[in-house]
Amino acid sequence: MNCNTFYNERVTDTPLTAPMEIAFDYTRSLGPVLGQFMTALRERRVLGARSADGTVHSPPFEYDPVTSLPPRELVAVGPAGTVLTWSWLAEPLPGQPLDRPFGWALIRLDGAETAMLHAVDAGSADAMRTGMRVRPRWAADRVGSIRDIACFEPCGKAPGVSETAELSESSEVPEVPEVPLAGADAAPVTMTVTPVRLRYQHTASPGESTYLRGLADGRLIGQRCPVCGKVYIPSRGTCPVDGVPADIAVELPDTGTVTTFSIVNVAYPGQQVTPPYVAAAVLLDGADIAFQHLILGCEPGEVRIGLRVRAVWRPRDEWDTTASAISHFTPTGEPDAPYETVARFL
Amino acid sequence: MTEVAVVGFAQSPCRVREDATTGGVEMLVPIFAEVYAATGLAKGDIGFWCSGSSDYLAGRAFSFVQAVDAIGAVPPIMESHVEMDGAWALYEAWVKIMSGEAEIALAYGFGKSSGAELRRVLALQLDPYLVAPLWPDAVSVAALQARLGIEAGLWTEKDMAEVAARCRSAAVGNPAAQVSGEVAIEDLLARPYVADPLRAHDCAPVGDGAAVVILASGARARELCDRPAWITSFWHRIESGSLGARDLLSVGLGRIGSPRGSPGPVDVAELHAPFTHQEILLRRALGLGPGDAGGPAEVCPSGGALCGNPMFAAGLARIGSAARAVMTGRADRALGHATSGPALQQNLVCVMEARR
Repeated sequence: MNCNTFYNERVTDTPLTAPMEIAFDYTRSLGPVLGQFMTALRERRVLGARSADGTVHSPPFEYDPVTSLPPRELVAVGPAGTVLTWSWLAEPLPGQPLDRPFGWALIRLDGAETAMLHAVDAGSADAMRTGMRVRPRWAADRVGSIRDIACFEPCGKAPGVSETAELSESSEVPEVPEVPLAGADAAPVTMTVTPVRLRYQHTASPGESTYLRGLADGRLIGQRCPVCGKVYIPSRGTCPVDGVPADIAVELPDTGTVTTFSIVNVAYPGQQVTPPYVAAAVLLDGADIAFQHLILGCEPGEVRIGLRVRAVWRPRDEWDTTASAISHFTPTGEPDAPYETVARFL
Repeated sequence: MTEVAVVGFAQSPCRVREDATTGGVEMLVPIFAEVYAATGLAKGDIGFWCSGSSDYLAGRAFSFVQAVDAIGAVPPIMESHVEMDGAWALYEAWVKIMSGEAEIALAYGFGKSSGAELRRVLALQLDPYLVAPLWPDAVSVAALQARLGIEAGLWTEKDMAEVAARCRSAAVGNPAAQVSGEVAIEDLLARPYVADPLRAHDCAPVGDGAAVVILASGARARELCDRPAWITSFWHRIESGSLGARDLLSVGLGRIGSPRGSPGPVDVAELHAPFTHQEILLRRALGLGPGDAGGPAEVCPSGGALCGNPMFAAGLARIGSAARAVMTGRADRALGHATSGPALQQNLVCVMEARR
């Protein structure tokens, strides 16, 4: 198939960038040790793991880092403890336990020999010091998570009192009285869900940027490799055969041939089209690589390898630098492309 | 025993790259060309490829596959990937040659740190049950280690500022450095904390970059390079993933040392210390000072990671920089170090030397 070239130009524009946010939940099973630990947190108790040599680790280990043995038993520790080292964060980041300046600390809970990393709500760095005594501030809604401890706070400060309260070593308040086990009949915690939300500034490659800008103009622009002459659309930036920038822009028509396809019968969250529908690899005329798109406008059973198709563009005022400028592909009604013309793309 | 040497090294300038994608190809294509030109190799000569990068940093799945386009992987190549710094990719490449499966291997690493919130992304390498849900940022975690050392009397904030000033001065003239220049200690110490006790100068800058190192076995190495950097030892150690169960100051003091003891005297040591206090900790651990078994060594003549820390490439660049010191005749023996994980959790050391 000959390349149907309308014009050539070197890519010179600056790349497109856009903010991108990725959000998903990790749902993890806890296993026997962490399951008990999280169940206890829900009940405002902290557990540690006693190893074969008697050392108590809190948070607990699942397998002893030295002997590889599981804990001999889980025992109550703290909940108050001592700060072993700390840092002070003047500008908290999203997702952290506090949204005002706070301390991070490694805290050795009473009765344990290892330390827990958590936040300390001390009001100012001046109130932090190694050796200070702290105790958990429990979250109002506890689900069986390390975040059931909202943060730690200096002992000597009445619970819920403002950050500026005077601290004194000698004024430790008594332990929080034993709380009735919140729903002692509640099922043990076996799973934990951790929401993840990350923000990126995503940059398209120069070739991808040219492709996307073309879509905003209702045009399809690929890139040709200067060494082997192959045409890629959307651009891959670099020719995967030669490892050199494929940076000669080539405009392609919006017609092509189906090289392979599948009929989607399964519904899934976020789906844009009601099943059944066809997702196909479309080889644009003049391109050396197929790209994936929807085939609509015919019965799914009519789609076949060699079917000639044309892009159906969205209304002109919806064109933008996004792949959705093309709604889908639809049959042209031409005779099928001969098998030999698509054979090497299968 | 197969002998293996570093015969080529190139790195991209560490910068905030607004023109580069997280797939790395824009940063990799030029340095592949540079290292081919320096060695006379072509892609078909490379028997094994291995890369280091991170999908979390890239914000997309299988981002390393896009980087393979920079190779030109047709016909098919033998290729692998580690979700770690490229220094660990180099280790895999070294094993591949040592086991006789390749004669020439190329390792590369790349990272576009500026596209992500690096301090938050790195929270996801922490314990996913007990620690990561709190989102402790990487700088705050390093600050916990820094204060431990201060309170143990191992270093002071002034010592840390002196490390920053020395590295920035050394980086003058290094085209790959992101920051460089002469700075006064008192000016640095007058600046505010980012995460007390760490100030901005105590932390590596956030930047984007890539690095590539080529290894070759015995006779091939001698053909490709006048003065190959022969690898005499190459090993890595991992500390517990539990920050509160590990002595953050004994990192290295005894355990980081070579399985056979000190790495021995070296002329140049390129240490991957993304925080100033970590350079001090590593110097002690590896015994690089005057009177120490490994010293006195010139430490980070490139300016080190404090002057350019492209994630997933900076450790490989340290080994490459140490190898370059041997290949250019600046050193007869050099040590490259790479780290990964929070507060020097993982450490890798590669010692190289020149031979007649």
